[in-house]
Amino acid sequence: MRKSNYAFHLYMVLFLLYMLLPLVVMGGAAFNDSRFPSIYPWQGWTMRWFIDLWNDGRMWTAFGNTIAVALAVVAISVPIGTAAAILINSIAGTTRTVLYSLMVAPILTPGAVIGISTLLFWNRLHVPAGLHLSVLGQVSYIAAFAMLLVLARLQSFDRGLEEAALDLGASHAQVMRRILLPHLYPAIGAGAAIGFFQSIENFNVTLFTRGTYDTLTVYVFSKVRSGITPTINALALILITFTLLCAIAYEVRRRAVARRG
Amino acid sequence: MSDLLNRYGALLTTIFILLTGFWLLMLIVLPNIYLFETSFRPYLPVTEIGGPKDVFSFNNYFTFFNSPIHMNVFLWTMVYSSLVTVICFLIAYPLAYYLSKVAPGHLLPTLFLLLFIPLWVSEVLRSFAWFIILALKGPLNATLLGLGILDEPIRWISGFRGVVIGLVYTYVLFMLFPVFNAIQSLDTNQIEAAEDLGSPWWRTHLRVILPHSKPGIASGAVMVFMLSAGSILVPTLLGSTTSRWFTEIIQQWMFESQDWNTGSAYAFLLLILCTVFVSVVMRVFRVKLSDIAK
Amino acid sequence: MSAGVELDNVTMEFGSFRAVDNVAVNIQPGEFFSFLGPSGCGKTTILRMVSGFIQPTKGIIRIGGKDMKGARPNQRPTALIFQNLALFPLMPVWENIAFGLEVRGVDKATRRAKAEELLRLVDLPDAADKRVSQLSGGQKQRVAIARALAVEPSVMLLDEPLSALDLKLRQHMRAELRAIQKRTQVTFIYITHDQGEALAMSDRVGVMSHGKLQQVAVPQDIYNNPANGFVASFVGENNILPGEITGEEGALVTFTTASGTFTARKGPGVSKGAKVRLFLRPEHAKLSTSAGAGNSVAVEVTDVAFEGNFISVHAVDATGQAYISEARNDGSSVIPARGDKLHIVFDGANAVILTGDISAKDVDE
Repeated sequence: MRKSNYAFHLYMVLFLLYMLLPLVVMGGAAFNDSRFPSIYPWQGWTMRWFIDLWNDGRMWTAFGNTIAVALAVVAISVPIGTAAAILINSIAGTTRTVLYSLMVAPILTPGAVIGISTLLFWNRLHVPAGLHLSVLGQVSYIAAFAMLLVLARLQSFDRGLEEAALDLGASHAQVMRRILLPHLYPAIGAGAAIGFFQSIENFNVTLFTRGTYDTLTVYVFSKVRSGITPTINALALILITFTLLCAIAYEVRRRAVARRG
Repeated sequence: MSDLLNRYGALLTTIFILLTGFWLLMLIVLPNIYLFETSFRPYLPVTEIGGPKDVFSFNNYFTFFNSPIHMNVFLWTMVYSSLVTVICFLIAYPLAYYLSKVAPGHLLPTLFLLLFIPLWVSEVLRSFAWFIILALKGPLNATLLGLGILDEPIRWISGFRGVVIGLVYTYVLFMLFPVFNAIQSLDTNQIEAAEDLGSPWWRTHLRVILPHSKPGIASGAVMVFMLSAGSILVPTLLGSTTSRWFTEIIQQWMFESQDWNTGSAYAFLLLILCTVFVSVVMRVFRVKLSDIAK
Repeated sequence: MSAGVELDNVTMEFGSFRAVDNVAVNIQPGEFFSFLGPSGCGKTTILRMVSGFIQPTKGIIRIGGKDMKGARPNQRPTALIFQNLALFPLMPVWENIAFGLEVRGVDKATRRAKAEELLRLVDLPDAADKRVSQLSGGQKQRVAIARALAVEPSVMLLDEPLSALDLKLRQHMRAELRAIQKRTQVTFIYITHDQGEALAMSDRVGVMSHGKLQQVAVPQDIYNNPANGFVASFVGENNILPGEITGEEGALVTFTTASGTFTARKGPGVSKGAKVRLFLRPEHAKLSTSAGAGNSVAVEVTDVAFEGNFISVHAVDATGQAYISEARNDGSSVIPARGDKLHIVFDGANAVILTGDISAKDVDE
């Protein structure tokens, strides 16, 4: 095993390059003074794509829509996922299997199918396409992520604690607020974070349900299809930088916690 | 259920049930049933909906089965999605093994952080990155020409090549993480025991590590296949004139023809394809749904 | 087919930590040899070096006279039984046992026959097609032994394989292991922190502490003639009295402590002025109503524990020094009561003066 470790390390490095270099290329192209987005041939440095992006009103609208949708998705899917996890955790047998299958099914369903079925069904109820439908469509599968995270956390929960609290005279709401929810907070927090990112990234569901509204992914997509300019790269670079900052902040915090612990 | 009442009382239990019920009924079950129902109805002008012509028929599905082109596209989507799944597994398995059993523990958080970065960048941007890289006069060809590996530039985006490259890049991590989790849970003593009994490395993988990681592989395979077959962005951005993806045909019905009925029939076919794939994987790998969706 | 194992001044360092410190021992073919020591003493590291999972920093390991440097686990004539057994849960019992044969390309019928033969050897004739999860702890143990035996190893390495079992089963498996070892004549190297296991099963025992081999001897010698304070205090109980050697008296020395002056044997390596202690086994500390002519100290009984086959008496003398005395429950001795004022008397030939640190086994585990 020892000799082959070098090969393994090399493979890991190559894989990381494979994962990250495309992002570097894309970000680098944002500074290339070429009408077509590329880093080759290099035509010189420019900031004009960032300025173009800043002045693009449609981008700003799409950006605002994306954030609004993501917040709405988190606000709806986290309570649903938590409730569903608590519910399914308290039942057993066939009912549980059936409900569980229904709950995880959206994760295994192509986004296009979710988008189309949401669109058709709510249209039938006379709700027209729009961002609100995108929210509902996204909730249908993002709630499943929240449910799985909370359910996993519930497995490590000592139900005796609830009984002890009830025995000590706590009300049901108090049991929920003081005993169960604090135990679930890490999972709920993770569910919210994952839901937020999933929503921002979502394209397939949004494409079919959005009506005439733009979200960031739809905006980028339409830009790439109609004449591409490196403004997209500028946007990509900003998003990647933001992601990196989040990641670094997380890592710094983790190290600090690890040192203390 | 009485357990819930005892613990959380009537009010909270009702809230739980209402939230879960809304999710399951209004967002999952009824939309899918309605999708199914719609796919059997004809596409009619608004005034004729509910009229004498609005009857159930298989016509929308006949449209598919009478169109060799559409059936071809469906078939190729299936074949190339499977290919992408296999490639993702081949790339991800050694890496998952490395991360769970070889890599020094103190590096893991940093490695995972780096691996998570592309996951946080949206799919559309990641496809776009490869759109730039694979361009005929793009950096990949320039590099390969510069290194003398190629004599003349390759047209990367031709046939399904660009699509496969893009899908593998976009979804390989969905294979890596579940397989990593599976191998991670294997007791290292198992590997050492096999080695101690004289097993060469490849047999240890074949008999001990691979069988143990089956649930992870199943989970990864289902995700990668489903995401690939259902991808819209990658085939649109990295597809060539000869690489049509089934989702593109669905889009045509939905947006260009505005024929939502045929569109839903096609969407339903895609759903069936994925469901069949999930069942086959569950059968072949002998795993439960709860093993796959974790 | 049985082979000896020679550790030739073997040292293993992990960074700046020296897990195994210059250990030299020659284990004979067919011997049942135990490494005994508290957790963290380096015994598991020795096992992993012999099996080939790690390479020693310094020194040579020879198996059957051959230098094992660079040989990987699957190239050595050893078979390791893991502490948690590491049975393959996805294979039925017989495939587990036959795995070592499978990797050597033995055909299926032969494998199956060999597995069944081994199952009979370990007294589990009907378990071939069971799943590992269907077996009890003791049965898993036997399957692990059968799996290791299947590759016909020259040396069996056992890493505390009995620690997960309950007391009754553990004692039963001791006899079983010993019997299997005698039957197969394979060299057994056994790792344990349980002195009872080591003493009961082994031909020889090597006691370890802080990476160093403290003593290698047959079990009786380990118990009766410990080489130093660590071995004396780690193996079995002892009354331990600090003091100094104040004179010689024939074969014995006189030893002065806060509780009085006694005669005792001089242990190995003991010289005048060294930091030494007197060690006296509880079974040699007799209780008496009167002070004898020899070694004697007045005590008051603080606790009496009835253990069944013997009685364990705790007492304390005027200086606060605590004593333990054990008396056999055969009617020959009077059972004292708490508060009784008695004397502890002992023969100087049964007490020994030793150097070295004492084990902290009371806080261990």
